[in-house]
Amino acid sequence: MGDLLLLVLACAAGTYLWRALGVAVAGRLDPDGEVFTWMACVALAMVAGLVSRMLIEPVGVLATTSLGVRLAATACGLVVYFVVTRRNLLAGVLAGCVALVLLQTLR
Amino acid sequence: MDEPTIDYRTPRGALAAGARDAVGAPVAVLAAGYVGYGALASGFDFPLHVIVVSSLLIWALPGQLIMLEMHAVSAQLVLIVLAVSLSASRFLPMTTVLAAMMRHPRYNSWPMYASAQLLAMTCWVAAVNRCPQLPAEQRLPYFVGFALVCWLASAAASAVGYFAAGALSELVKLALVFMNPIYFLLILAGETKAASGRLALVAGAIAGPIAYTLAPQWSLLAAGLVGGTAAYALHRWSRRG
Repeated sequence: MGDLLLLVLACAAGTYLWRALGVAVAGRLDPDGEVFTWMACVALAMVAGLVSRMLIEPVGVLATTSLGVRLAATACGLVVYFVVTRRNLLAGVLAGCVALVLLQTLR
Repeated sequence: MDEPTIDYRTPRGALAAGARDAVGAPVAVLAAGYVGYGALASGFDFPLHVIVVSSLLIWALPGQLIMLEMHAVSAQLVLIVLAVSLSASRFLPMTTVLAAMMRHPRYNSWPMYASAQLLAMTCWVAAVNRCPQLPAEQRLPYFVGFALVCWLASAAASAVGYFAAGALSELVKLALVFMNPIYFLLILAGETKAASGRLALVAGAIAGPIAYTLAPQWSLLAAGLVGGTAAYALHRWSRRG
C-alpha cells in the first residue's frame, strides 16, 4: 500500500514539474507579444488535436462505436448547442451523449 | 488585449463567480471522467484513499490512466513516472499562457505556483476565454474559484467511481467517456474568439489524428507544435497581406 502512495507522489511530482515550468516561463512573457500569440496557438492546437483524435480514432470503450455513430452524435451536440438552445453547454453535451447511446443501441 | 467587459467588482466577487461558472457542464464532464477513473482504479485494487489522493495531487486524467494501466502490467516505477510526466508536458504551454494572462502586482509568485496545481484542461479553456474580459486583478481569483470547484468535485467523483465500479453498464460508460470530446468541441468552437485561435483549432484538429497514426506517444505535442505554428504563421501572413 505504501508503494502505491509512493507511485502516486512520484507521478504527481512529474506532472507538477511542467506546471511550475509554465509559471516560470510566463514571468518573462509579454501577453501582448508575438511569442505569447504563438504559444496560445500551440496550446489550442494541442487541445483541438486531442479532441479530434478522440472523436476520429478513439481508444477504449468509444472504439466499440463506428465513426458514423460518433459523427452523427457530435452533429446532434453541435445543433443543440448552437441552434436549438443558443449556447447551453450542458444541453449540448447531454444531447451528444444521449444521441450516442441511442444510435449505439438502435444499430 | 481586449478591454474588460465584465467586472465582478472585487477579487472575492470574481472567486465566487468562477465557482458558480464551474457548476454545470464543466463539473459534470470532469465528474464523468473521474467516476470512470475511480471505477477502473478499484478494479486494479487501488485503495480508496490512494485513488482520491491521486486525483488531487496528479490532477491530470490522461496521466492518471497511464499510471493505472502501466502499474497493472507491472511496469517499473521509473518508466511509469516518465510516461506520466511526458503526458503532462501539455501543461507547459497551457500554464504559460494562462499565468501570463493572470499576472498582476497584487499576486506574487506563490499564489501563481499554487494555482498552477489546480490547472486542468477544462479550467484552462474556461479561464483563457474569460480572462481577457476581466480586469487583471480579478483573473487569478476567477480561475481559482472555477478550478477549486472542479478539483474537489473530481476527487469526490473518483471516490464515487470506486464504489460504483460494478454497477456501471457498457452504455453508461460510453456516455461518460463521450462527454469529454463533445464538451471540448462545443466550448472550443463556441468560445474561441481570436482569429489566430480559430485557425489553431482547425490546424490542431487536422494534425491530431495524423500525428496519432504516425507516433501515438508524441502525437499531442507534435499536433500542438505543428498545428499551432502553422496557424500562427498563417495568421501573421494574412495580417500582413
